[in-house]
Amino acid sequence: MASITLNKLVKRYGNGKTVNQVIHSVSAQIDDGEFVVVVGPSGCGKSTLLRMVAGLEEITGGEISIGNRVVNTLEPSERDIAMVFQNYALYPHMNVFDNMAYGLKIAKVPLVEIQARVDKAAKILELGEYMQRKPRELSGGQRQRVAMGRAIVRQPQAFLFDEPLSNLDAKLRAHTRLEIQKLHRELGITSLFVTHDQVEAMTLAQRMMVMNAGVMEQFGTPEEVYSRPATTFVASFIGSPPMNLLKNAPDARPGTIVGIRPEHLDITATGWALRVDALEMLGFERLVYGRWLHGAGNELVIVRSDETQPVPGLDTIIHVTPRADRLHTFDAATGKRL
Amino acid sequence: MEKRVRFKSSWLPWVLIAPQMAIVLVFFFWPAGQALYQSVLTQDPFGGSTEFVGAENFQRLFADETYLASFKTTAVFSLLVAVCGLGISLLLAVMANRVMLGSGIYKTLLIWPYAVAPVVAGVLWLFMFASPMGVIAFWLRAVGIEWNHLLNSNHAMTLIVVAAVWKQISYNFLFFLAGLQSIPKSLIEAAAIDGASPWRRFWTIVFPLLSPTAFFLLVINVVYAFFDTFGIVDATTQGGPGKDTSILVYKVYYDGFKALDMGGSAAQSVVLMAIVVTLTVIQFRFVEKKVQY
Ligand SMILES: Nc1ncnc2c1ncn2[C@@H]1O[C@H](COP(=O)(O)OP(=O)(O)OP(=O)(O)O)[C@@H](O)[C@H]1O
Ligand SMILES: [Mg+2]
Repeated sequence: MASITLNKLVKRYGNGKTVNQVIHSVSAQIDDGEFVVVVGPSGCGKSTLLRMVAGLEEITGGEISIGNRVVNTLEPSERDIAMVFQNYALYPHMNVFDNMAYGLKIAKVPLVEIQARVDKAAKILELGEYMQRKPRELSGGQRQRVAMGRAIVRQPQAFLFDEPLSNLDAKLRAHTRLEIQKLHRELGITSLFVTHDQVEAMTLAQRMMVMNAGVMEQFGTPEEVYSRPATTFVASFIGSPPMNLLKNAPDARPGTIVGIRPEHLDITATGWALRVDALEMLGFERLVYGRWLHGAGNELVIVRSDETQPVPGLDTIIHVTPRADRLHTFDAATGKRL
Repeated sequence: MEKRVRFKSSWLPWVLIAPQMAIVLVFFFWPAGQALYQSVLTQDPFGGSTEFVGAENFQRLFADETYLASFKTTAVFSLLVAVCGLGISLLLAVMANRVMLGSGIYKTLLIWPYAVAPVVAGVLWLFMFASPMGVIAFWLRAVGIEWNHLLNSNHAMTLIVVAAVWKQISYNFLFFLAGLQSIPKSLIEAAAIDGASPWRRFWTIVFPLLSPTAFFLLVINVVYAFFDTFGIVDATTQGGPGKDTSILVYKVYYDGFKALDMGGSAAQSVVLMAIVVTLTVIQFRFVEKKVQY
């Protein structure tokens, strides 16, 4: 097992006139045995980052170390990592056993040990009865498990996952999420997990790396990212419904943005005055969409309340009070937390 | 969901396939029937009289040593064409699949030979190999090989194999390239992470996934070598020296139109027809079952 260090990592595609920089100087230290999730919207460079660690993508600038080795110029096979692809990338002409054993055969592991390691992985992943099947004879969830098995048997320094759950249905995804958590607890192998799904990120991560347009906006525990977002992007990306980012809050200083999560606004007798614009009833919770009374443009304020509260009528006026310790302030120009 | 179109009237489908059926009837079933009919007759060389002889033409054929020799020649020729043709075009396709820059030009250039008629391909290579002025014959002499396909049967066989392979490479290349491009890149990447060298990746991942394509092309190339190479042989060696490049399809022509043995020639056509049918059946059976992953 090993730590992974990214040092001022840069990736550019193209050359000459059409340079496209997709990773902007990302630095991070992933500790030995840690489970880190990289999360961000589509196209922000998550896969590119992961593929650079795997050695499938050339590194334009900066340095990647696995363990204490700089791996910039090493081939994927020399980096001692295993990767689970989004489409699983199972070898279609080999059965489940051969798929898992392929890497071990190449590494010239003795047959007895190959058999033992594959059997063990198959047991953990409950694949025992499918060992002789070809990938096309398996369901999506089973294929996903074979892909995991292929990574496990190698006993690598680190696991890399590129959205391994995105082809599963919602129920199976929730189940597999728990499985991955359990697996990580048992094996304790350093893992880098890419997803665009914030629920996956929040539930799996020991620490999460929030990316936007090739920039690492924040790197911290899910708790930190939720309670102290470093930028307005993180504030709006993590949390559903997203944090209110208000330019026209009554007590806001000029040049700043006030952030408050919908669940941290309470409907009270006095406070910020809003006209109710729309209502969404979601059973256990309800979302109230309001607009400022004080003429300030069209800024929308979302308030989350629960079934114990009375339902405000449309177009009525309500008052809300933010919980003081849950207020965030951001610089309006840079978007950075103040 | 119902994918097939359903016709209300019963005659419309027949009308729609009629042109196709007419062509198949006129250009396949009628000549095939003629050949079958002719193969049980014997005709005097001047076309004066015909006589029903039953299976005698076939008996005569399989007792004829030159016919059996022609079988061997054809086997050698088609094996060489198929193996060389598939090997070279696979190599070219693997290289083309890697090239990014100028790949369009490269592919276009490789496809041209397919547009050349067999006779022209034959003549082209004949010129290049012609002693003493042909380019290749000239080079060969420079390295000490006295090229003469009119006397040396190995040289003659090489010449028709080269011409036949050259013409067929484009076709094979296109299929191999399409096959290569349909292999997901992530499979190769997964194998790279698993520690497989490029050589090993090719033989354990890429090649097995190409095997249905390769098998299809093998049959196509054998059929091509059997039948479509008549023009090449006729333009270059005319079956010579002796009968050493007289492949089956050339012998059909020679015996029928030069030796005027219509019955024997027709019997040979029937045998060829049987071979094609067999190959096609094998092709369909195999492609659907065995060579799949
Ligand atoms: N080969 C390439 N050449 C040029 N640009 C590329 C190339 N590959 C990726 N990009 C660009 O790099 C950026 C990041 O791509 P990447 O695949 O890392 O995104 P992602 O965060 O994984 O998105 P998704 O969630 O959709 O998978 C994108 O804007 C993409 O257009
Ligand atoms: Mg991606």
